Amino acid sequence: METLVFGCLAVTALTMGWLVFVLGSMARVTFALLAALVCVGGVTMLLGLPYLGVVLVLMTVMEMVIMAVFMIAYMMNPAGLMPMSMVHNRYGAMAIAAGVFLALAAGILLVPWPARPAGEPPADTTFQLGEALMGTQMLTMTVLGLVLLSTMVAAIVLATARGRYDRYGDRLERRVPRDPAAGGTGGAGR
Amino acid sequence: MTEGTAPAWAVVATPVLLTLLAMAARSGDALLAAREAGRPVTAGAALRPLLDIPRLLAAQPRRTPVLDRLLWRTGVLVVPVSAVLSVLVLPLGHGAAPAGLSVGVVWFNAMEVMTWAGLWLAGWAPNAAFALVGGYRFLAQALAYELPLMFALIAPATAAGSLRVGDIVAAQHGLWFVVWMPVAFAAYLLAVPAFAFFGPLRYPAAPDIAGGVLGEVSGPDRLMLTAGRWLWLAAGAAMAVPLFLGGGAGPLLPGWAWSLVKTLAVLAALVWAGRSLPVIRADRYLELAWVVLLPLTIAQALVPAVVAMAG
Repeated sequence: METLVFGCLAVTALTMGWLVFVLGSMARVTFALLAALVCVGGVTMLLGLPYLGVVLVLMTVMEMVIMAVFMIAYMMNPAGLMPMSMVHNRYGAMAIAAGVFLALAAGILLVPWPARPAGEPPADTTFQLGEALMGTQMLTMTVLGLVLLSTMVAAIVLATARGRYDRYGDRLERRVPRDPAAGGTGGAGR
Repeated sequence: MTEGTAPAWAVVATPVLLTLLAMAARSGDALLAAREAGRPVTAGAALRPLLDIPRLLAAQPRRTPVLDRLLWRTGVLVVPVSAVLSVLVLPLGHGAAPAGLSVGVVWFNAMEVMTWAGLWLAGWAPNAAFALVGGYRFLAQALAYELPLMFALIAPATAAGSLRVGDIVAAQHGLWFVVWMPVAFAAYLLAVPAFAFFGPLRYPAAPDIAGGVLGEVSGPDRLMLTAGRWLWLAAGAAMAVPLFLGGGAGPLLPGWAWSLVKTLAVLAALVWAGRSLPVIRADRYLELAWVVLLPLTIAQALVPAVVAMAG
C-alpha cells in the first residue's frame, strides 16, 4: 500500500515538474510546480515525518501563490494567458539539472547512513526534530532567525516610499500619522 | 495521551456532518435575512436557499472568453475539498479522530492555506476583471489574517504540549483554554470569516466588485465554490471547539452531543456577526492585523509557553 502511494506521488511529482518547462501559461507553470512540491510533502509524510510533510505543503502553497502574483506582475506577459516559455539556456540548463540529479542520487547510495539502533522507529519524530533544531543547533537557528529578520527589515526600508517623517512630520510632531489612505490604526487622510 | 483508532464510518460521518452544519449555517443566514427584510421567518424561508443546490446543478454554465477551464475548475474544487479534509483530524466528542494525525493542528492550518491557491485561481482563471480583483483581494486579506491565526493556533498546542487535536482536548480537563487564552480565541474567531470570505471579511466577494471571485462562476462550479464558503465557516466553528471550548466536555450529555452543541453555538455567533457587521477593506484589516493583533497574539502565545516551562 505504502509503495503504491509512494509510486503515485513520485510519478505525479516528476510529471508536474516536467510540465513546469512545457506549459506556456505562467499561472499553470506556477501551479504545476506547486503540485509537484505538494507531492514531495506527501512523500515526506510517508517517510514518517508528518510535521515536515504538512509544513512543507503549508509553506509551499503560501509562497507559490505569492510567487504567482509577482511572476505574472513582472513577466512581459501580464495576464499570464499568452504562451511563453520557461526555458532559458536550454542545453546548459539541462546539463546542470542532470548533473545535480545524478550527484544527489549518488549521495543516497554513497553516504554512510547511521544505522537505527535496533527495532522500532521513534514514536514522535516531531519532538525529535524540535530537539535537534532547538537543542544542539540552537545557536545556528538563532543566528539564522536574526539574519532573516534583518533582511526583511532592510528590504522593507529599501522598498517603502514613505517613512515615519512623512507620516508624523519632520519633527515627529503629529500625534496621529498622516496617510494617503485613511484606515487601519492611523488617522483620517489628509 | 494516546488515541484509539476511530471506526471506519467516521471517515464518512465527519464530512456528512460538516455538510449538514454548512447547510444549517446557510439556512440560519437566510432566516436572518428574512427578518431583516421584514419577510415572514418560516421554515420555507430557511429551506429556500437549499433549493439552489438542484437549481445550480441543472443550470447552464456561463462562459467567459479565453478562460483557463482547468485552473478554474481546480480552484473551485480546492476550496470545498480542503474544507472537508481539514476536519478529518477533529475528534467527535471523546472519541478518536477519523485521521489520528499527530500534527492535526498543522494539518488544519495547511488545508486552510489551500484556500489561498483555490480562491486566487477561481479569481484569475475566468479572465474577467472583477473576478481577478476578487482573487487579489483575497490574497491581501490572507496576508492579514494568516499570522494572527497561526499564533492563535500555536497557543493551545503549546499549552497541551502536543499538535494532536485529541491531546489538546484532553489537556483542557477542568479548565477550558478560552478562559486563559481569550485573545487567541478572539483572533481565531476573527480569522474564520476571513478564510471563509464571509460576513465582514467578504471583501474578495464583495458587492462593490459584482461578487468578485463569485462573479463569473456559474452552474455546478458555483455550487462548489459557495459550498466551499459555508463548509469553511462550519469547519472553522468545529475546530474552535476542541481548541478552546473543551471539545466534548460537559455534564449529562455524551461527548459528541456537546461537541455538536458547542459547534452550533459558535457557528450561530459567526453567522449572526456576519450579518451585523459591515465589510472591512483589506488594507485596513492588514494594518489592524499586523499592528494590533499580531503583537497581542504573540503575547498570548507567551502565556502558555511560560506555564509549560514552569510546569
